[in-house]
Amino acid sequence: MTLTHTSDQPPAPPDNDTVLEADGLTKHFAVRRVGRQAMTRAPRVVHAVDDVTLTLRRGRVTALVGESGSGKSTVARLLAQLYPRTGGDIRLHGTSVTVRGGRRFRAYNRKVQMIFQDPFASLNPVHTIRYHLSRALRIHGHGGNGAAELQQALEELLERVQLTPATRYLDKFPHELSGGQRQRVAIARALAADPEALLADEPVSMLDVSIRLGVLNLLRDLKERLHLAILYITHDIASARYFADDTLVMYAGRMVEGGDSETVTQNPAHPYTQLLISSAPDPDRIVGEGTPDDTVDASGGEPPSLIDPPAGCRFNPRCPHAMDICRTELPPRLPVDGNPDHWASCWLFDAEHGPAKAESAAKAETPAETPSEVSEYSNFPGSDPPDPHETRSGSESDQGSAEGGAR
Amino acid sequence: MSSKVSGKEPVLEIQNLCVDYGLGKESVQAVRDVSLTLHRGEVLGLAGESGSGKSTLAYGLTRLLPPPGVITGGKVIYHQPGGDPVDVLRLSDAGLRQFRWAETSIVFQGAMNSLNPVHTVASQLMDVIAAHEPKMSKSARLARAKELLKLVGISPDRLGSYPHQLSGGMRQRVMIGMALALEPQVVIMDEPTTALDVVMQRQILRQLVDLRERLGFSVLFITHDLSLLVEFSDRIAIMYGGRIVEEAPAAKLYKDPLHPYSHGLLNAFPPLRGERRELSGIPGSPPDLRSMPTGCAFHPRCPKAFDPCRTDLPLLAAPADRTEEDRTGGERTVACWLHPGA
Repeated sequence: MTLTHTSDQPPAPPDNDTVLEADGLTKHFAVRRVGRQAMTRAPRVVHAVDDVTLTLRRGRVTALVGESGSGKSTVARLLAQLYPRTGGDIRLHGTSVTVRGGRRFRAYNRKVQMIFQDPFASLNPVHTIRYHLSRALRIHGHGGNGAAELQQALEELLERVQLTPATRYLDKFPHELSGGQRQRVAIARALAADPEALLADEPVSMLDVSIRLGVLNLLRDLKERLHLAILYITHDIASARYFADDTLVMYAGRMVEGGDSETVTQNPAHPYTQLLISSAPDPDRIVGEGTPDDTVDASGGEPPSLIDPPAGCRFNPRCPHAMDICRTELPPRLPVDGNPDHWASCWLFDAEHGPAKAESAAKAETPAETPSEVSEYSNFPGSDPPDPHETRSGSESDQGSAEGGAR
Repeated sequence: MSSKVSGKEPVLEIQNLCVDYGLGKESVQAVRDVSLTLHRGEVLGLAGESGSGKSTLAYGLTRLLPPPGVITGGKVIYHQPGGDPVDVLRLSDAGLRQFRWAETSIVFQGAMNSLNPVHTVASQLMDVIAAHEPKMSKSARLARAKELLKLVGISPDRLGSYPHQLSGGMRQRVMIGMALALEPQVVIMDEPTTALDVVMQRQILRQLVDLRERLGFSVLFITHDLSLLVEFSDRIAIMYGGRIVEEAPAAKLYKDPLHPYSHGLLNAFPPLRGERRELSGIPGSPPDLRSMPTGCAFHPRCPKAFDPCRTDLPLLAAPADRTEEDRTGGERTVACWLHPGA
């Protein structure tokens, strides 16, 4: 199952053990003040990530979905300790860790490795694959003794990422490989540290469509064989559904919804998740099997400025269901329909504020207009009401989520 | 302007177009013998992986190929409304200048970066109009620029903005507005939404479909995202290794892809609905244009390859085993030995 150097380790703990946790993680970037502003203006910050709580478990893939600028990559970099955090806590196996370079950083990133988006930029063009991998092996103490053991470790690494025969790739330069092969080398380099958690920041976005799934399937295979905890960052919610066990949705620096991937994609609770899902390309729509697409985006689709984010729920300026409380109070994580594993940060799911709203949304749905005639700029969506009782009415979808949970 | 989506009147015919990069022995054939017809008022999708030649095709037919690229053969016939057809590849420089933007316009890949950062949106929009209609007064041009911004859903008070003051989606809309400034018959869009988020992508595409219905232009839409094309285009052509391997009405291609490559591409996008099933993508990697496989270029990656695929090149033809049903909803062609022509 593993490399020779890991076989003498004690037996692995069972799956679903918490590996890495973030608790109330916050990152603010200072805005540079130019000229006179430096004297007069108060210092301002970009609220890139606010109060993000997530857990990576052994043998599970957690997807983090969001638009560009939502702070999802910042979360990955915070977890990899590449940025110092402004607030909150990162715990590896329950122990709080703060490292700023040096030996302790090495020790930390032996356990937590990161894969970057662009394999064209993350491999050094003047070095061979052998150099990249043997360096990673040596640094993390897995290079073995002598050239023969190193060679064996290198070959095993490349075999793990399905680059076989390994000898054909070892002495190549990055430019001689295709995008998919390069990304596999980048994955192999991360595996050289024998990590417990893998942070994959859009690992397939730069690859050709036909080879994306190959890389995702490889990652899933590695997760199953090596029991890795994987954070999969993506803007493509359909691939999160395909690949991840759990999905978290981020908007403007905050988590808005989370739960089992199947539940989140099939019964999205937060209006933003609903918008995201209705915007994703869906070939079934023209073929008449999908739901008509008429979810409304009142503000023209602009995420808010993170220097001066809206008070309350950050989605409120774009939300078709926004209420007064959304503009003033930050919604807490509320369970959706009594399912403890599915939560949304939205006042619609609050017992006190939700039901009244659900009624008015249901009323808005009744007018005789057919969905195709509803104007793009009308104020209410014809479908997808945020009614918590309706969103989970289908027994079929309940089965789907149960299946997903069992995986 | 022409009326709404009409039947089968061609507006742009590409005939046996070949494009090489480089000359002599070192040359690489990027587009091989491509024939494609764009009809009036239609959205024709062109899909394929990077390196399949789809962008080269677009640049070739607009004669915008950067120097190592050479058009080595073929014709691009443009049918003017109420005029004689012209061969774009044989236009004189002056004729080409007239033709460009007034008859066909192009929205480039990463269009958000193709605006000039030191000029306002208004001056860039007016510049286009001034170049083609020099007699128009300045106030009329400004009015037209305002109208164009309104057309693409941007409030006219953004006329004085510089590109950096607009978001990516707005810049993209400005580019689309600029492409429509002279009411062209054909708009070529080369991955216009790849750099945008899904929410913005959907808004822009919806607007485009809406504008197309109002103004009646045709769109050649180039992207690698086949699931997007299935939803937005009328017909789809799939390119692989510089050739078109399949062309069919969108719904038909989605329901019943004939070429194994089209099938593979459709299976490369995990579905958002329906059951979760194991998908595999396409094994192998795209072909190297310097050493193309013999026979069908896809055969080394094809799960269904058999003997003739390795030696003989399949030609694009109406599949003999599908003619019956195809009489009802538009013709389709495929280049595959599994579905030989009639």
